[in-house]
Amino acid sequence: MTEQVKPAKKPKVPRQKMPEQSAVERAHNFYEVALGYDNDLALLEASRCLHCKKPVCMAGCPVEVDIPDFVEMVKKGDYIGAAWKVKEKNSLPRIAGRVCPQESQCEAKCVLGKKGEPCAIGRLERFVADYAAVHGEGKMPELPKPTGLRVGVVGSGPAGLTLAGALIKKGVAVTVFEALHELGGVLVYGIPEFRLPKAIVRSEVDELRRMGVEFKTNWVIGRIETVDDLLEKRKYDAVFIGSGAGAPLFLRIPGENLNGVYSANEFLTRANLMKAYLFPENDTPIAKGRRVVVFGGGNVAMDSARSALRLGAEEVTIVYRRTMEELPARSEEVHHAVEEGIKFQLLTAPLNIIGNDAGWAVGIHCQKMTLGEPDASGRRRPVPTEEYFDIECDTVIVAIGNAANPLVPSTTKALETNKWGNIVADLESGKTSKDRVWAGGDIVTGAATVILAMGAGRKAGLSMLSTFGIS
Amino acid sequence: MFEILEKERIGPGVNRAVISAPEIARAHKPGQFIILRTHEQGERIPLTVADKDAEKGTITLVWQEVGVTTYFMGTMCVGDRLQDLCGPLGKPTHVDKIGTVVGIGGGIGVAPLFPITKGMHDAGNHVITIVGARTEGLLIMTEDMRKVSDELLIATDDGSFGIHGFVTQVLQSLIDKGTKIDLCVAIGPVPMMRAVVNVTKAAKLPTVVSLNPIMVDGTGMCGACRVEVGGKTMFGCVDGPEFDGHEVDFDLLMKRLAMYKGSELIALNQFRESPRGCQCTFPGGA
Ligand SMILES: Cc1cc2nc3c(=O)[nH]c(=O)nc-3n(C[C@H](O)[C@H](O)[C@H](O)COP(=O)(O)OP(=O)(O)OC[C@H]3O[C@@H](n4cnc5c(N)ncnc54)[C@H](O)[C@@H]3O)c2cc1C
Ligand SMILES: Cc1cc2nc3c(=O)[nH]c(=O)nc-3n(C[C@H](O)[C@H](O)[C@H](O)COP(=O)(O)OP(=O)(O)OC[C@H]3O[C@@H](n4cnc5c(N)ncnc54)[C@H](O)[C@@H]3O)c2cc1C
Ligand code: SF4
Ligand code: SF4
Ligand code: FES
Repeated sequence: MTEQVKPAKKPKVPRQKMPEQSAVERAHNFYEVALGYDNDLALLEASRCLHCKKPVCMAGCPVEVDIPDFVEMVKKGDYIGAAWKVKEKNSLPRIAGRVCPQESQCEAKCVLGKKGEPCAIGRLERFVADYAAVHGEGKMPELPKPTGLRVGVVGSGPAGLTLAGALIKKGVAVTVFEALHELGGVLVYGIPEFRLPKAIVRSEVDELRRMGVEFKTNWVIGRIETVDDLLEKRKYDAVFIGSGAGAPLFLRIPGENLNGVYSANEFLTRANLMKAYLFPENDTPIAKGRRVVVFGGGNVAMDSARSALRLGAEEVTIVYRRTMEELPARSEEVHHAVEEGIKFQLLTAPLNIIGNDAGWAVGIHCQKMTLGEPDASGRRRPVPTEEYFDIECDTVIVAIGNAANPLVPSTTKALETNKWGNIVADLESGKTSKDRVWAGGDIVTGAATVILAMGAGRKAGLSMLSTFGIS
Repeated sequence: MFEILEKERIGPGVNRAVISAPEIARAHKPGQFIILRTHEQGERIPLTVADKDAEKGTITLVWQEVGVTTYFMGTMCVGDRLQDLCGPLGKPTHVDKIGTVVGIGGGIGVAPLFPITKGMHDAGNHVITIVGARTEGLLIMTEDMRKVSDELLIATDDGSFGIHGFVTQVLQSLIDKGTKIDLCVAIGPVPMMRAVVNVTKAAKLPTVVSLNPIMVDGTGMCGACRVEVGGKTMFGCVDGPEFDGHEVDFDLLMKRLAMYKGSELIALNQFRESPRGCQCTFPGGA
């Protein structure tokens, strides 16, 4: 677990590991895997930061958190001050500190990474934000007088929540409309409890509620009312669309509609949002496979595989077309998955799912791949070989990505979308082709990251405020 | 919100409730459904809006007790509240003046057929309704149906009421008589819809069916509700629930509906051992 390090001279202190549940233990429960730094570990880790004059780390953060300054405050033991420093740019630090792909963002740029290991910025961010949540309760930013302006927000994912926070702090009334019964978007229905406890998302939402943001759940825009209704009938001054990339993609191979075959969205929604791991205390069932195969190599695939394991699967295999090097998931998640005993069947493409007479999946028929020349994305392209084989299984989870859900774009007049169905919006301001309508997050960029969605919400908030003439 | 204002038992294991849901009542169109959750640990289940009153701000749900959620709802009373109610969902029925519409409802399917029949009737169509059940005691909403149908034909499998036989036989005799039919709408158990489609396929009558695949979110996010129509995979909740009956793969639908049989039984048995919720003896209740 924790490495024992004597406080040594600055550059000698190694990057501090975060205590976590052991792999054996955590593979069978839904509690959070990583346990977070304590004060001592945080102080040690912070001591490694050089407080650079030209903090290159900041350039790697999509929302430009003032990293050197907040880390400096940690060094002084001012954890709550440090948390406020982070919150100036990142309104959901407890979440970003847990799920940001730090190794390819802020930490990828840190100068310490050139010779050794980068400063553990994400872990420190998580530490100060958790600390402030536990010890600094009750302190609420002073809210200005209401401006009389009103904004409607479609979707309560990180994009919508960040925008709501940015506006309410400037006296703009905000109502968030959410299709599901819980608030938080992918943070509650997709990312599992063991990576991001739902209580944390709830506490962030509650903070917004205390500041006056109004939430309407079970409210599907495009069905109960449209974006045009929000503007014309409800007379909102502006609308922000942050409806995410929620439509699951399938491979369109034979057998995909057999029983036991799930989209990752369905599997994770049953497991997380509906807490099927508590069945039958909770009513929602889930197929607790014995042998589970997951298609895909991103965060969603890792989450599905690790959830299946925790639900009691004996063997979970990730089937991916390329090699370990190309896996798009956060490296920490891959590392955790390997430790927990998830198998990787690499350079493999599924051709069809084999079913029995009752309509249940019993295996997949696969083709071996090899790596060819790099493609447009710079990754080496998988090329089929003449080798074929079958994998036995009873559950298949398709985690190959999500596309834009067409419900909102298709029911909104004069809203431009691109050929993938994503809403066209200016990346700096979030403005769409439609007057008084902004959009941001996955619905604009396609499936991306939490911090990018938050960044988009923040930028759209600033753009709305400047349109309203509020600074 | 979502308070139960009226509740009655309208048949063995079949309940009807009027629920306060003003916004849904205002937005709802025939053919659409809601998804509800009774309580925090509950499952999300879809039910058709069987009727609504936009002015009073209420919707009517009619459900058959088949598993843990629907049995639990059977024990709920006037004054109880549903934790969540989301809707309206699904594409509305395409209601238009097309001529003669034959609606065919089997068992609990009569409830979802009602708003469509009403819509078709209001649009000026000549509406012939065929309702069927195994036996007289299982017939529901026949009086409601009578009010919105130009002709109402009732059939029971055992001949205890109305015509002795299946709804398909009644439909076949309409066709044999040379009745000019422009559209059939069939809602009921999967085997019944399949049988109706076999009749209408032979007679080349356009037929709409309303499918009831297992759903979770109802917004196109999860794909639990996959059905195959014309060889293509569709999502029942957003592309449907109504589809061209001649193109539907009913066999797949049947198999997918059985996916959680084992778990459903476990949940129901546990519920029966330790029932929960409102146990009062209010006359409108259980
Ligand atoms: C399993 C999984 C794991 C992931 N892991 C990571 C990770 O580790 N790190 C990371 O950075 N990113 C991760 N991501 C990606 C990240 O979660 C998303 O990029 C991010 O959540 C997008 O935010 P958003 O606000 O645009 O949309 P979402 O989070 O998708 O939220 C959109 C919300 O809008 C609602 N909505 C949709 N349509 C309507 C409508 N018509 N009316 C009302 N409401 C509507 C939805 O119900 C949803 O709540 C992961 C994604 C998944 C699926
Ligand atoms: C669009 C639509 C409209 C419907 N309208 C009505 C209606 O008006 N009246 C009515 O009585 N029933 C209706 N149903 C069916 C109803 O949803 C199921 O009977 C109900 O979900 C059963 O839940 P349970 O917990 O009581 O039973 P369970 O024990 O969970 O299941 C019993 C049966 O219900 C089916 N089922 C289970 N969960 C779901 C789910 N989430 N979605 C769909 N089916 C499920 C299973 O295939 C099984 O055969 C409708 C279904 C759909 C999809
Ligand atoms: S928000 Fe993400 S990228 Fe930015 S500093 Fe925090 S962990 Fe790094
Ligand atoms: S680049 Fe690294 S060492 Fe320099 S300020 Fe940023 S975190 Fe600290
Ligand atoms: S119920 Fe989830 S997509 Fe239809």
